[in-house]
Amino acid sequence: MSVLVYTENWDGRFKKLSNELVSYGSKLAEMLNTSTTVLSIGKVDEAELKSLGKYGADKIITVTDEKLATLDNRAYTAVIAQVVEKEKSGIVLLSNNNTGKAIAPRLSVKLKAGIASGITAVPEKTSPFTAAKKVFSGKAFAKFVIKTDIKILTLAQNSYEIVEKTGQAAIESFSPSVSNDLIRTKVINVEKQTGKVLLTDAEIVVSGGRGMKSPDNWGKIEELADLLGGATACSRPVSDEGWRPHEEHTGQTGKIIAPNLYIAFGISGAIQHLAGVSSSKFIVAVNTDKDAPIFEAADYGIVGDALQVLPKFVDAVKELKSL
Amino acid sequence: MKIIICISNVPDTTTKVKFVDNNSAFDTTGVQWIINPWDELALTRALELKEDANNPVSSVTVVTVGLKTSEPTLRKALAIGADDAIRVDFQPGDAYSVATQLAEVLKNNPYDIILNGIESSDYNGSSVGGMLAELLDMSSISAVSGIKLQGEEIKVTRDIDGGKEEISITAPFVGIVQKGIAKEPRIAAMRGIMMAKKKPITVVEPVAVDSLTEIAGFELPQSKAACKIIDADNVKELVELLRDEAKAI
Repeated sequence: MSVLVYTENWDGRFKKLSNELVSYGSKLAEMLNTSTTVLSIGKVDEAELKSLGKYGADKIITVTDEKLATLDNRAYTAVIAQVVEKEKSGIVLLSNNNTGKAIAPRLSVKLKAGIASGITAVPEKTSPFTAAKKVFSGKAFAKFVIKTDIKILTLAQNSYEIVEKTGQAAIESFSPSVSNDLIRTKVINVEKQTGKVLLTDAEIVVSGGRGMKSPDNWGKIEELADLLGGATACSRPVSDEGWRPHEEHTGQTGKIIAPNLYIAFGISGAIQHLAGVSSSKFIVAVNTDKDAPIFEAADYGIVGDALQVLPKFVDAVKELKSL
Repeated sequence: MKIIICISNVPDTTTKVKFVDNNSAFDTTGVQWIINPWDELALTRALELKEDANNPVSSVTVVTVGLKTSEPTLRKALAIGADDAIRVDFQPGDAYSVATQLAEVLKNNPYDIILNGIESSDYNGSSVGGMLAELLDMSSISAVSGIKLQGEEIKVTRDIDGGKEEISITAPFVGIVQKGIAKEPRIAAMRGIMMAKKKPITVVEPVAVDSLTEIAGFELPQSKAACKIIDADNVKELVELLRDEAKAI
């Protein structure tokens, strides 16, 4: 009845979300008095695989079948199901990122296992298995009870504190059976931006709304994000207008994020926007309207024109960092 | 080529969420119901594909799982431009029970492209589309932000961390779509609303299914402490607070 954690890799490397998953999986294993197994699909070197032992992985299963070089949801589901069967896993944990969202529901059907997605904390109870998750786009929490023997969980990014341990992980390779006719998707082109902090990974996010007046004013938003090692985001009207790409839209129908610090310039804070950012640890708001709803969600605020405040903000950060 | 979009009937995104019966049920009093925003974008893209004469798209259908009360949402989809609609007469339970009902409809009625929104704005499970694909033993592509047709070949853009992939596939497949798939949802015109009244809604009897999960209760988040307001002439003080008090920079 082990806990199985699936983490993808990014060009052979794991990232913070992998460590969060393993930490969370290890905590679950502790609650259930069992062990933590991690499944990695794709080429990852031994040192990188072993690094997951630091977060509580007891065993790491690595699958390097060439047919799995790109993500085919149907094939990945079949492979993970084979590992679940081999390991007799009682819980399967994935990230609630795009990959997890693509695979977890398929796995749920394949294993006839109930799913609680986007959870942010350890289960309240393990019998009956009850985990709280956000519903209505963060406006409420629901206590999800999973009634099946095998349970699938997806963990929201940036929501579980990494815990370092002293354990060593054993590495084991596994050759799944992957029939060729399972894979009907073919990746024909990949476009990747390098060197930019991803919005969903970022600890600090600097965001702009309609109060920024024009896409030409985004230079300072980018400068501040760079200075703070963060990512840039925007509100829905800004992406709808085409001022910024849709990938930056943060809110109910865009990205849901949970950075340590979210700084909003010229965003009034419509309920749909707040749904996407309310899990941030600290929120800073700069807006001309003192009654704007963003100030109800914010920890710190300035009532003022974003275009006036932003350059001063940049200068103050430079000064504090003695640049 | 036939396209079907699975539609969820959800509370308007501006709804103030409340619960009744000792926090065990969502309070629907005064709630306006809409097409789930991602499903609406999927429908918009499907209609764009059909309208392009180069594409071999013959029809765009919408399907929902819900009681008769969900029909106004289907009518809205018909008014926007869907050709016909199907409603499975079933009070939705969990994602699995909904996906099972949809799978029954689609097993009896093959479609080439099956589209779902990546999540619904009520329970945010991101589950129904993937479950449906597995129930139908069909390929699925998730996080889709673009679909183009080139004869029989379907070119799908999938968002990945920090980039995009272009994927080639042939029908049938399940596409699970997110923002970017269409620029803006279409708004029904008066002519569309009039025509929608005459378009067919087929009502299908549900199959028996057990839920895999249930909800034991709801809670509202705790309200936040008051915002600390700093003078606009003293931005430096704010930055110092972020460093020294919040320890966030």
